[in-house]
Amino acid sequence: MNLLSRPGRWETFFWPLLAAALFLAAWHYSVIWTATRVFPSPLNVEAGLAELVRKHVLWGDIVDSLRRVAIGFGSAAVIGIPLGLTLGWYPALNQVLNPVLQILRPISPIAWIPVAIVFFGIGDRAAIFLVFLGAFFPIVVACVSGVSSVPTLFRRTGRNFGLSPTQVLARVVFPAALPQILIGLRIALGIAWLVVVAGEMIAVDSGLGYLVIDSRNSGKRYDLVVAAMLLIGLIGLALDIGFRRLEKIRSVRWGFSHGP
Amino acid sequence: MSTEAVMTPPILDVKLRMEHVGMVFGGDRKGVSVLEDINLDVCDGEFICLVGPSGCGKSTLLNVMGGFLSPTNGSVSIDGQIVHGPDPRRILVFQERAVFPWLTVEGNIGFGLSKMSRAQRDERIAHYVQMMRLQGFEQTYPSDLSGGMKQRLQVARALAVNPDILYLDEPFGALDSITRLIMRGELLRIWQVERRTIIFVTHDIDEAVQLADRVVVLSSRPAKIQDMLTIDVPRPRNISSPRYLELRDELLKKIRRAYTV
Repeated sequence: MNLLSRPGRWETFFWPLLAAALFLAAWHYSVIWTATRVFPSPLNVEAGLAELVRKHVLWGDIVDSLRRVAIGFGSAAVIGIPLGLTLGWYPALNQVLNPVLQILRPISPIAWIPVAIVFFGIGDRAAIFLVFLGAFFPIVVACVSGVSSVPTLFRRTGRNFGLSPTQVLARVVFPAALPQILIGLRIALGIAWLVVVAGEMIAVDSGLGYLVIDSRNSGKRYDLVVAAMLLIGLIGLALDIGFRRLEKIRSVRWGFSHGP
Repeated sequence: MSTEAVMTPPILDVKLRMEHVGMVFGGDRKGVSVLEDINLDVCDGEFICLVGPSGCGKSTLLNVMGGFLSPTNGSVSIDGQIVHGPDPRRILVFQERAVFPWLTVEGNIGFGLSKMSRAQRDERIAHYVQMMRLQGFEQTYPSDLSGGMKQRLQVARALAVNPDILYLDEPFGALDSITRLIMRGELLRIWQVERRTIIFVTHDIDEAVQLADRVVVLSSRPAKIQDMLTIDVPRPRNISSPRYLELRDELLKKIRRAYTV
């Protein structure tokens, strides 16, 4: 295989498929060879998935998880982007608030679970609050650094053409920072998907996280546990791929490395 | 002051006047003096080149003229009015990375025209697309343009708001030498059509002699006006004519002096 030549069309599918097939085979045979009674083989998982689909519980759980992410991530973006832009625009204000943000930021949203339950009780709102927390800080941080790394050249040009400070923010600083803001949003969406599963294990009785923990608690159905895990992975991947499409929009494409 | 300064044609219309302009960064006591007692009159429609040792304060001077920095001493006035801040009537042009990468060619040229009606704006954009030879690239983003095209785009964006003065801060410094040569020709062509006052910072001696009506030589920091040289070679300039070469040598000598002072 020549590493310098462009891989053929079939190769771009063949090698990843082969790797996946080898992974499934390794999984399958290690279940057989270790003669485990608990851990399911890929075939058990597939049967489990089919059972979930048949019982019509799966779709509801997926929708519930996605809904919580949409609300939590959405409100984090709605509050976090203006806040981050403001902090980036007024460095003095950022200096005042930054220590608080930096202390809150490394706290895992999981650690907030007891607090969330005190605030919102067991239920949807507690889970959404956790998702919000997980997404909020990366969004704010990306906006602050995006705004403060806009070249002086651009700001000066904006002022030179007679723009007011608000216009400079809207017409120069925001579009110039947008690629970095999008990267922050993408990271935040990934975290939101991680957090919603954790939150659903404790705070609510629906969603993919609940499906995982419920399958284990009600009869140790590890085939269903692993099926739910795989689904979580696939949906997370789909969200990320969907979000990356935004990077191809013409007015932000300049900020990403993947060619013209 | 050298004899050439006396040879300057009688000043008809002073566009820009700098009187005792001084600039000290970081407070008066321990501050670094960057500009010292700069006095210069620039006529309407004149093409001035500023040359001087690198780091001497040429860009600072340009930013003071453009209103981005206020001088700690003296004043800059344009048409008799003291400059207090940036203004679309005088546009600074930088190296080519100052075009906005999130806007198309049209979007960049129209950037300063948001107060116009749609039709007026489109007409203005089309005019400068034509003038800067960017036809066919109206919807292209800067990342798909060459360095020379980006710089033409930046000049088009500046001209579109109809400024009376263009300040150019080593605008062709990052271009390769052939593109630079072509860009000089383009700039002269536009200047002859649209007759704006141009103040052009460069550290390229040939560039200065090819372009300017008058070359102002600055000393090393703190920058003072060390010398001035009127380039009395009619355009289009024959860059191998004896007079041209003589002036080029003279400028070189003056710059050498500026470096040693």
